[in-house]
Amino acid sequence: MPAGDYRKKISLSESGPGDAGKTGSWRIVRPVIDPDVCIPGRRNAPACYICWLYCPDGVISRSVPPGIDYQYCKGCGICAEECPTKAITMVEESSFIKE
Amino acid sequence: MQIIETGNVAAALGVKLARAQVIAAYPITPQTPLTEKLSEFIESGEMQAEYIPVESEHSALAICIAAASAGARSFTATSSNGLLYMHEQIQWAAGARLPLVMCVANRGVGAPWTIWNDHQDSISQRDTGWIQIYANDHQQIIDSVLKAFCLAEEIMIPVMVCYDGYILSHTHMPFDVPDSEIADAFLPPYRPPYALDPADPANLNTVTMPDGRPDVRGDISPGYMEIRHLLQHDMVEAIPALKRVEERFRSMFGRGHDPYVEPYRCDDADYIAVSLGSLSYQLHDVADALRAEGVRAGVLSVHLYRPFPDRIIAEALNRCSGVIVFEKALSYGYQGPLCSDIKSALYRYAQGKPFVTNYILGLGGREITTQDLYEALKVSCSPDGGAGEETRWIGLKIPAGGTQT
Amino acid sequence: MKTTILDLPEEELIEPGNRACAGCALGIAYRAGLKALGRDTLLVVPPSCLTVLQGLYPIAATKLPSLNVTFASTASAATGLLAALKVTGRTGVNVAAWAGDGGTSDIGLQALSAACERGDNFVFVCYDNEGYMNTGVQRSGTTPQWAITANTPLKGKMQPNKNVPAIMAAHGIDYVAATSAAYPLDLYDKIKKALTYGGVKYIHIHIPCPPGWGFEPRYAVKLGKLAVETGLYELYEIEKSQLRHTGASLKLMEKRRLLPVENYLRAQSRFKTISDAEMEKIQDQITRKWEGYFKSSEEAQGGE
Repeated sequence: MPAGDYRKKISLSESGPGDAGKTGSWRIVRPVIDPDVCIPGRRNAPACYICWLYCPDGVISRSVPPGIDYQYCKGCGICAEECPTKAITMVEESSFIKE
Repeated sequence: MQIIETGNVAAALGVKLARAQVIAAYPITPQTPLTEKLSEFIESGEMQAEYIPVESEHSALAICIAAASAGARSFTATSSNGLLYMHEQIQWAAGARLPLVMCVANRGVGAPWTIWNDHQDSISQRDTGWIQIYANDHQQIIDSVLKAFCLAEEIMIPVMVCYDGYILSHTHMPFDVPDSEIADAFLPPYRPPYALDPADPANLNTVTMPDGRPDVRGDISPGYMEIRHLLQHDMVEAIPALKRVEERFRSMFGRGHDPYVEPYRCDDADYIAVSLGSLSYQLHDVADALRAEGVRAGVLSVHLYRPFPDRIIAEALNRCSGVIVFEKALSYGYQGPLCSDIKSALYRYAQGKPFVTNYILGLGGREITTQDLYEALKVSCSPDGGAGEETRWIGLKIPAGGTQT
Repeated sequence: MKTTILDLPEEELIEPGNRACAGCALGIAYRAGLKALGRDTLLVVPPSCLTVLQGLYPIAATKLPSLNVTFASTASAATGLLAALKVTGRTGVNVAAWAGDGGTSDIGLQALSAACERGDNFVFVCYDNEGYMNTGVQRSGTTPQWAITANTPLKGKMQPNKNVPAIMAAHGIDYVAATSAAYPLDLYDKIKKALTYGGVKYIHIHIPCPPGWGFEPRYAVKLGKLAVETGLYELYEIEKSQLRHTGASLKLMEKRRLLPVENYLRAQSRFKTISDAEMEKIQDQITRKWEGYFKSSEEAQGGE
């Protein structure tokens, strides 16, 4: 049986983002990183990345400073809770209403 | 090569010829000698395969499902409650469209415990999306196993090869073992249309919604119902596919038979007895006896039970006056499942509509005497043979509410 | 050797925008676990929250080839994948099963036990969120005593939980480890180490579940850490029958100071009906257990 035919006969899923849609829409509070308080931001060098380690959705980048993909960030707040320098603040989504 | 061996060994030799790569099995009577034989072939080096002794039939089929999902030709065998314990996995294998082959050495089901033959085990798996082939003798067992792999891999639907426990599984009979070189040409190595692979990753058997939704390219995928409709569509397509497999088999091995039904003296028959499995050969003797008395009786053995070749069966029966269905299985509260299926086929295809009557017999290994069959057919092979109770029991010693006769 | 955050592979093997709840600690564990297993892995997943996280047809939130299987068949399916890899001559591919606590300690235990006995070579991960969370929070074999669940709704579960790592260790397999989503580096190192052994390797991961346990999503890691720092849950490995504590649990052995278990229990609404007397009993059990550990560690040091 040709592979193309077979793949249409079964439940075969291919990897891609946004299976549940833009899960950023689930968010009611938004993590905002203060690069002046954040360790890699302050040092201007890779360091810490506790937020990256603990993000359940992998939406924080291991960059200088770390970035957050708000398309998919569900706003759980673990990053803010675990940040050793309290560089991440959870801000009400309603304050971004004009975006 | 002609040999004299048991039906279980015939099945094992078929699996060996098919070069099954993964075999997982759990002991259950009367299947056990089949998979014991396979373990012996593998341990002795006669056969190259992985043999996995599992802790349950559920796991046996789990291993076959996973192995086939990763591209291996896989086989298991069971009977009775073992088959019932697999039920969830049986449905899964069909929905996942895996070309597994399983032998079922037919045995009654508990409770109460019985180890003897009837067809309640495999018949109860009728609606699972597996193809079911019933073999009548040792030659048909070995040949059917080989054909089953061929068919399964062509249409990506699993196949059950069923044969009577003890009556076939444990009796020694002569049969021809196909030449392995020809078998290899008949059944080339399995080339899976998809196999789990890190180089081509996919998530298989994912939760599927009632309706389709966009895939990663934005194309709308099927929903659950479309996937299931394709299974039904392809099951029906298995009917002509089996014929093609049979024709190839015949051209390569020089023997074969009608893949759907095996008629015996049916051409001019006024009354036709229908059955599954080895019982049909016992019915041949009864038909001969009735013919000697001037009753034009015939026998139709059904090989392919699912997909049900309804038109073919109706055409085989529609010229006669009466159809008498002998069954070792029952849909409790109604009648024998084969009887229902035959009536349904005749309703659609046969204008003359012969009467259909039904005998339940041999449950849990109750002896089926040729005399009993003769007496039943003698009564039913008459113009009013369809009168009275539609479903009657043969060989019952104590009728319900009655005392021993 | 201990992996640091900066050493952890940066490549993600799960996709964002998946269906897991906000703050689901499974996401943390799964991200780190897949990094340890690597791309050359075939996964087996039975029904669980992971089935949901991995996505609905036709989109997968995992980048690894993955086989969804029936609930009871996880370990056997892993065996089937191994057999297929062998007979088709493919080497260098790991097989891993990733099941929930129900799929491991209850319905999946028989098949798992058989695979251990056969010595089949795969990693079996049990992510333990201590209940049937995917079906709406029912009790499982690993739900702790006194936890309110959907089918222990008023009084809480009356029985203590099974010790699944101990059951697994009793099979005599080479590597059993207990870790936590709150310690992803410990988890990563344990899976990496597991891959160096043959046979079944068993990794038990503690997974705080915000909706199932009744706490705010942002505390998922805090709860996981509290479970360890109170001494209730332990990070350890049993390598060739030798048990040793690791990471934060090893530190507890050095510091010899446990946080009160009340801090952990009172932070979750599932324990809202627990009495002070029961709480004290739990505290006593933990204290006695750790005093035993301290004593045997002193004896071991004294003997040196």
